[in-house]
Amino acid sequence: MTSLSREDVAHVAKLARLALSDEDLERYTDQLRAVLDHARDLEAFDFESTAPTAHPFAAAAYLREDVVVEGLDRDEVLNQAPAVEDDRFCVPQIIGDAP
Amino acid sequence: MTTAIELADSVRRGETTATTLTEGSLAAIAAGNGALNAFLHVDVDGALSAAARVDRAVANGEDPGPLAGVPIALKDNLCTRGVPTTAASRILEGWRPPYTATVVDRLLGAGAIPVGKTNLDEFAMGSSTENSAFGPTRNPHDHARVPGGSSGGSAAAVASGMVPIGLGSDTGGSIRQPAALCGVVGVKPTYGMVSRYGLIAFASSLDQIGPLTRSVADAAVCLEVIAGHDPRDSTSLQEPAPSLVASLHDGVEGRTVALVRELLDGAAPDVEAAVNASAAVLRDAGATVIEISIPELRLGLSAYYLIAPAEASSNLARYDGVRYGLRVDADDLTMMNVATRTKGFGDEVKRRIMLGTYALSAGYYDAYYGRAQRVRTLLSRAFAGAYGRADLLVGATAPTTAFELGAKTTDPMAMYLSDVYTIPSNLSGDPAITVPFGSGADGLPLGVQLLGPARSERLVFAAAQVLEEGAPR
Repeated sequence: MTSLSREDVAHVAKLARLALSDEDLERYTDQLRAVLDHARDLEAFDFESTAPTAHPFAAAAYLREDVVVEGLDRDEVLNQAPAVEDDRFCVPQIIGDAP
Repeated sequence: MTTAIELADSVRRGETTATTLTEGSLAAIAAGNGALNAFLHVDVDGALSAAARVDRAVANGEDPGPLAGVPIALKDNLCTRGVPTTAASRILEGWRPPYTATVVDRLLGAGAIPVGKTNLDEFAMGSSTENSAFGPTRNPHDHARVPGGSSGGSAAAVASGMVPIGLGSDTGGSIRQPAALCGVVGVKPTYGMVSRYGLIAFASSLDQIGPLTRSVADAAVCLEVIAGHDPRDSTSLQEPAPSLVASLHDGVEGRTVALVRELLDGAAPDVEAAVNASAAVLRDAGATVIEISIPELRLGLSAYYLIAPAEASSNLARYDGVRYGLRVDADDLTMMNVATRTKGFGDEVKRRIMLGTYALSAGYYDAYYGRAQRVRTLLSRAFAGAYGRADLLVGATAPTTAFELGAKTTDPMAMYLSDVYTIPSNLSGDPAITVPFGSGADGLPLGVQLLGPARSERLVFAAAQVLEEGAPR
């Protein structure tokens, strides 16, 4: 495990679609480093022989009966969207000339 | 105070009405919520019409169910169709979900009356309810102190007498720690026992819904109602709800209870004394009490603060300003996503998203997330070993009584340590309960935690009942 840098935090913020001010970046770097430093206690254990656990009780996937059930009401769902056009979610332009 | 069971019985016998109980709860909220900020939204119309339905059923000679007319508080990360649901985040302000959580449907089916939505740390990330975008909740026992978190609103609502039952969610202790700090009972059921459908996801392999109540019996009734398989949650156990009330008075005679050293390490002296006194109560009731050490539990906190943020960073990717909630307009899609998330999420949520993104990112995955998942295996094995020697484990719920507002807000690591005793059960998926057990040196309530193996709720509740009866008055 290596020590977390400001550049690392700036990179993960970009991946996570968050904008940080220089001041934010400074503070988050210190705080996240403290958590990761605490996690160094995990290095002391031998893990190679231990399988990872992703879920407490790994069970076979549950399959329901193949019957039609009612889904969500389309108008009710679209009514909660910030912008809608022709019964579709509307987002700013992605391709082509920006407005 | 009257228990939920007593209230429901008097409604079913016609001695009082659901409307009377609901009006009483709404009046208590109106009188007390200004000081406590336990509720973010009170659904007066919805509550009164649910109460009228229960009263009509009684009048028609029908049985409205085991929670007939009992007012219930819902943590505001439980979806309620048409009723505002925020997870205490600006990013969901004004959102009205198009569906209702399974637990809420089941409560309504049992005659309960949801009266409103309670405050929490934003997206259930926190241990004090100070991370809410809508201001902190205060501890009813001392308004200068936190109620714990993240289900602090439900804990405060129950402790102050606004409602007899609250629902919370517990990802690393978010039901048990606030229950302990507010002096009420709190249950984290076996993972998968209660459907998560309609619970706003934080860390999906750890999240579990459970009750906060004023008595162990009330928690048993509530859990019987909300538990059981739900086809809409693929992680829900494929078995019916356990019967808990019938075996509530089975006692602990002949059982072995282990006092776990790591569930007391670092606890304040008054907390340690209460745990020791609780062990004596169990011994007096016929249990054999042994002391054990489970060193792997010390790794729980580190593993949790990698796994939970990793899952959160993935779960919270859905808040992108496209389908629901906040949108901050910008010239292109990516800039809109960034502007929305930057404005909509609070500090702690951003911190955990970044931590999780880092733990999952190329080059660090094996060192952090992968390692934490292996620790999870080690921890589960260690618990299994302990349950080879003991039927139940006992320890502290939280290291101290309620701390002052602002005491830990600038030091995330200090805040995270509030959950050191509760986190292991979430990692293993096993059930745990906290029972009020006297008060600390400062006169504030404290709780004792009982832990059992997966699906051992009957035993856990029977032991909790013994502790409740033997707790200092």
